[in-house]
Amino acid sequence: MSVVTGRAKKGNRLPMLAQAGPVSLWMIVFVTLPMLFIIFISFMSRGTFGGVEYTPSMESYETMMEITYFHVITKSIGVAAETTIACLLVGYPFAYYIARKPADVASRLITLLMIPFWTNSLMRLNAWMLIFQTNGPVNNFLVNVNLIEKPITFIFTDGLVLLGLITNYLPFAVLPMYSSIEKLEKPVLEASADLGANPRQTLLKVTLPLTIPGIFSAIILTFIPALGTYVITDMLGGGKVLYIGNIIKNQFGTIRNWPLGAALSVLLLAITALMLFLYSRFAKVEDMEVV
Amino acid sequence: MSREGKVNRRLQRQRLRKIPWTVFMTLVYASFYIPVMVMILFSFNDAKRNYSWMGFTTHWYPKLFSFGNHDLWEALVYSLIIAVLATVISVVIGVLGGIGLKKYEFHGKKFINMMLFIPIVVPEIVMAVSMLIIFMVIGVKLGLATIVIGHCTFCIPYAVIVIKGRITGDNETLQEASMDLGATKLQTFIKVTIPSIMPGIMSAAFLSFTLSIDDVIISNMLAGASQSTLPVLILSVNRTGITPDINALTTVMVIVMLFGMAIMNVLQRIHKKREAASLAESDERIRAARLAAEEYN
Amino acid sequence: MKKTIVALKGVDKWYGNNHVVKNLNLEVAEGEFLTLLGPSGCGKTTTLRMIAGFEDASAGRIEVQGESVDEKEPYQRDVNTVFQSYSLFPHMNVFDNIAYGPRIKKVPKEQIERDVEEMLRLVQMTGYEKRKPDALSGGQKQRIAIARALINNPRVLLLDEPLGALDLKLRKQMQIELKRLQRKLGITFIYVTHDQEEAMSMSDRIAVMKDGVILQLDKPTEIYNRPNCRFVADFIGESNILSGVVTLAEDDLLTVQTQSGTVKTKGAGFEKGEEIDISVRTESLSCSAEPTEEFCIKAKIRDFTNMGTVTKTSLILPDGKEIRMSTFEQDPNLSEGQEVYVSWKPEKSTPIHRDKKEAESCQ
Repeated sequence: MSVVTGRAKKGNRLPMLAQAGPVSLWMIVFVTLPMLFIIFISFMSRGTFGGVEYTPSMESYETMMEITYFHVITKSIGVAAETTIACLLVGYPFAYYIARKPADVASRLITLLMIPFWTNSLMRLNAWMLIFQTNGPVNNFLVNVNLIEKPITFIFTDGLVLLGLITNYLPFAVLPMYSSIEKLEKPVLEASADLGANPRQTLLKVTLPLTIPGIFSAIILTFIPALGTYVITDMLGGGKVLYIGNIIKNQFGTIRNWPLGAALSVLLLAITALMLFLYSRFAKVEDMEVV
Repeated sequence: MSREGKVNRRLQRQRLRKIPWTVFMTLVYASFYIPVMVMILFSFNDAKRNYSWMGFTTHWYPKLFSFGNHDLWEALVYSLIIAVLATVISVVIGVLGGIGLKKYEFHGKKFINMMLFIPIVVPEIVMAVSMLIIFMVIGVKLGLATIVIGHCTFCIPYAVIVIKGRITGDNETLQEASMDLGATKLQTFIKVTIPSIMPGIMSAAFLSFTLSIDDVIISNMLAGASQSTLPVLILSVNRTGITPDINALTTVMVIVMLFGMAIMNVLQRIHKKREAASLAESDERIRAARLAAEEYN
Repeated sequence: MKKTIVALKGVDKWYGNNHVVKNLNLEVAEGEFLTLLGPSGCGKTTTLRMIAGFEDASAGRIEVQGESVDEKEPYQRDVNTVFQSYSLFPHMNVFDNIAYGPRIKKVPKEQIERDVEEMLRLVQMTGYEKRKPDALSGGQKQRIAIARALINNPRVLLLDEPLGALDLKLRKQMQIELKRLQRKLGITFIYVTHDQEEAMSMSDRIAVMKDGVILQLDKPTEIYNRPNCRFVADFIGESNILSGVVTLAEDDLLTVQTQSGTVKTKGAGFEKGEEIDISVRTESLSCSAEPTEEFCIKAKIRDFTNMGTVTKTSLILPDGKEIRMSTFEQDPNLSEGQEVYVSWKPEKSTPIHRDKKEAESCQ
């Protein structure tokens, strides 16, 4: 019977509608329409008392290019890039180590990696604050071993924000890289050694090139969320330094400049689209490992 | 003897090479576990607000379970209600959708697949504000329903991907076999398709639940003036300082989660043992049958 | 005797409590085509991987050109491997795959280009430089894998079931090509397979392995005609095995009493009264409606099976045992259910010791 695959038989589209219908409807109503609408809003003007006035204008995009906002944008991109690079540098060897272990050990190591992330993320971020408090354990230790004289102020610094971002997004970098390294066929690596390549040469010439899709997934899954977050920066940066996420959020809260918030969202959307486009040059987007 | 020496040297070299790896792996794992341990430790802090360690006390736990902590429990219950609703809806739609998108070809399927990627890759804040604007413009009152919708919107794509990953060529053959044996489509769906992807359904549910219960941004933006979820409450309390009873609550949640995992583990082991036992028994029967056959010959 | 190029001396391999290779001794001569033949799990691939350096021997010593390689990593050894799964680098085209080894060794560019071209000609794949492995068929992939190994001028080429994934026709063709290639280049081949026909048609010598032990190491014809134990007789070609007691031993001619009658066989080193097995190839059997002079045993024809080039006749002996005979044509005088007389030329059968343990008797 060929009913199972392919186009449903005429007259009996019910199973197809029942299965693919709800998800399609949901995605169109709660993803497509809101996305289109936010793009639309970004080209409208700001209402006098906040909200939107439906007259077309490029006002918000112009505002976005003003020096203060432009600075926030470049800073956010910079911090997200730093986070991503750190996650790759730490995450790749980490994933590599796990992927080379026997399957049962590897799955245990992956579970061990996931467990902390099933606890409350804000409380974990708060723990970093406690660790790096002026009179916290790190400062006490450094003073006691006479490395420093006076405690260093770590909290509400960019450094601590970066630490929070890295530890928060590292698993999202590790998982796709792990699964692409794990998929490497052992005989291919053996063939490389057999042909005279030492482990370093094998890494550079075979392992890295073959795991580029995993690396690129890792970049997308760390860079974009890091670019849009405001929670981590609020928790560890004390809300003193503003990032794109904070600005967008504020436009829909106290400041009520919806078109500007929409325009900044469109910027993030555009960056996401660009990254996905670049990814599609290396591998199929549908095959991207995201879970 | 000389060979033993050589092999030992090779082994020694390998062992030496392992040391930096072990140090590196330990450090990375430490960076994941230290915050959790500090979080637990500070639930025993004898201070009004958690800034620095003031001494050991257990009194936050009894206090947590007293009526004084109404807000905290309300937030937790609210979070749980949302997580359960979001999980159920996401799993139902996700399972149906995963199967449907894998099985059928229809116009716009590519588009839907693309839409499913958006909530995963686009920053959450963008998802949140775009839905917020729609709700505000249509005039939907923000609250439980909007938060659940928001959570479902990013849980469904994960559920669909997990389910799609579970469906292989095997499943299709199974379905064909089922219908060949006379089952209707609905019977096949209930008796064959669903059981064969059960592990996928479980992990989709688990994933949805953990994503929902820990979500801050969408819960924050789509809550309106209504009750806060636990993470949103924590975020707002953070400005004035986290109180140790919140640490106590999240510690209890960690313990519940670990306990649940342990139970799952035990159940799995019992299941494996039973399978091994029945395998041994069937081996015995096969051997007996073979002996009988040989004698007959 | 030619120079020994690879020597395994008392090599053992343990995986935990699993003893997969047991005190293996093997010397491979320069330019030889040696096949390790055996069923899956007999330790043949493990042996090959130990020579390549992917596995460490638990005990013993492996030498290449008289030098121990135990301490060398795979990339330091002068041997190359052709893998069953081809293991071409999927991100490189054919040229880059073949050039991989020389590039690692920093061979000059022009030289590499010349060598790759020559290798491609050697494996009859000229013009495929730019193709990616994905775009090649199984046979083509294997040719490239062979070229990729051979360009390094290995002293020894290790081949791990290289034709295992190909279909029958292509496999036969590649067998001939591989054999010719080996002759032409004069490189030592150590070839692993579970296919006895493949081993018979290509090898200079075959080592039949079972449970981590080499049972018999000899020329293909010797292994075929003179199996030294029941397992080899059974595994190589198709044999009928009859058990009996030696009643008379004159020179090398043995008279043996089996349950189905008295038969004769030829072999040295057997004594009167010894319990032995006799292996008779299916094609060495003959049967006729009338009793033959020297000896014969009664049998009843069960059925005929036409296999294309040969016809197999299944016969039932008086004790109920089934034996098979293969002939090129079905004898028109014979029919199903008929009582016939089976015999063979004594020198076309092989007596096998029974009293000693199989492994011992086979060494």
